[in-house]
Amino acid sequence: MAEAHNPLEQFVIQTWIPIKIGDFDASFTNSSAFMLLAVIAATALMVFAVRPRAGVPGRWQLLAELSYQFIAKMVSDNIGKEGRPYFPFVFSIFMFVLFGNLIGMIPYTFTFTSHIAVTLAMALVIFFMVTIIAFIKHGFHFFSFFLPAGVPIVLAPLMVAIEVISYFTRPFSLSVRLFANMMAGHTLLKVIGGFVVPLGIFGVVPIAGLVGVMGLEFLIAFLQAYIFTILTCIYINDAIHMH
Amino acid sequence: MSEDKNPQVPNDQNGDQKDFDKRLQRARDLSAGVNQGGKTGLPESGKGKAMRIGTELIVAIAVGGGIGFLIDTWLETKPWFFIGFLFLGNAAGLWNIFRLTSGQGYKVGFDRDKQSETKETE
Repeated sequence: MAEAHNPLEQFVIQTWIPIKIGDFDASFTNSSAFMLLAVIAATALMVFAVRPRAGVPGRWQLLAELSYQFIAKMVSDNIGKEGRPYFPFVFSIFMFVLFGNLIGMIPYTFTFTSHIAVTLAMALVIFFMVTIIAFIKHGFHFFSFFLPAGVPIVLAPLMVAIEVISYFTRPFSLSVRLFANMMAGHTLLKVIGGFVVPLGIFGVVPIAGLVGVMGLEFLIAFLQAYIFTILTCIYINDAIHMH
Repeated sequence: MSEDKNPQVPNDQNGDQKDFDKRLQRARDLSAGVNQGGKTGLPESGKGKAMRIGTELIVAIAVGGGIGFLIDTWLETKPWFFIGFLFLGNAAGLWNIFRLTSGQGYKVGFDRDKQSETKETE
């Protein structure tokens, strides 16, 4: 195996079907393909697994029901009763990110959540949605968000600026967290994997390490999907229950 | 799914629907009780917190700098707003970290309890 070994090669976007709309490049890439795959896999799980509708669920049905219950509980814990209308949105986000992360764990696949373009787009959708919800629910009272009560009037301009920046930080910190975790993990796997063959018989050492890191990556794949989702819940809650 | 007709399932489980509902309710109550402890946000390890604080600070500075840069290109006052907003972004990042570490989570603004107190005293 003498091929060039670049740990970042796995993140390269390859155009599979070039599509041009005007000057806009809307090509079908490997990233799009795996997003499509994630959507299909998640939909298949939810549609086919619950088809038997058994009172005592089988393995697949249990998996689907557990994921439903997990998110339903998260929504009701974090948002309360008013959160019910947002459940489909939150659940879709969770399944999409989770499947993206987990499919990326299969060798030779592409992890679309390791691209900030993807995560930032999702985070911006959440950000604008939450802002619009807050505006609809509270009107111009929304701006009281940015001035904490009890601030001396002299400090008000500074505090407002800081709070506004801190509000705009949300989509970026949300997306950077997911993308950085996924990209760092996959790069690490590839770097350690690169040691295996050159070390010959001693390659078992990095392989042992790889097994451990692989397990950790599965944990991170789930955890990051969870964090992304629960932060969505917290933001929606902020927008609904503004003081 | 063939797993659904699991022969290992004891017969009485399929027997009485009422009994099943009762046991389901009991199981639900039980799991609800168990989970109540950890409902205040994210499960946090030391490393997770450190990661979060790092991203929070860097992102806030970047966003502050970005806003400043946009204002600069708009008003053609290069570097001044950029510099000013870098500091503001830094402040916002530290402010966010303070909120995170003091257990106020990701909520914008002050702690609700404190806020309602100050409103009452006014």
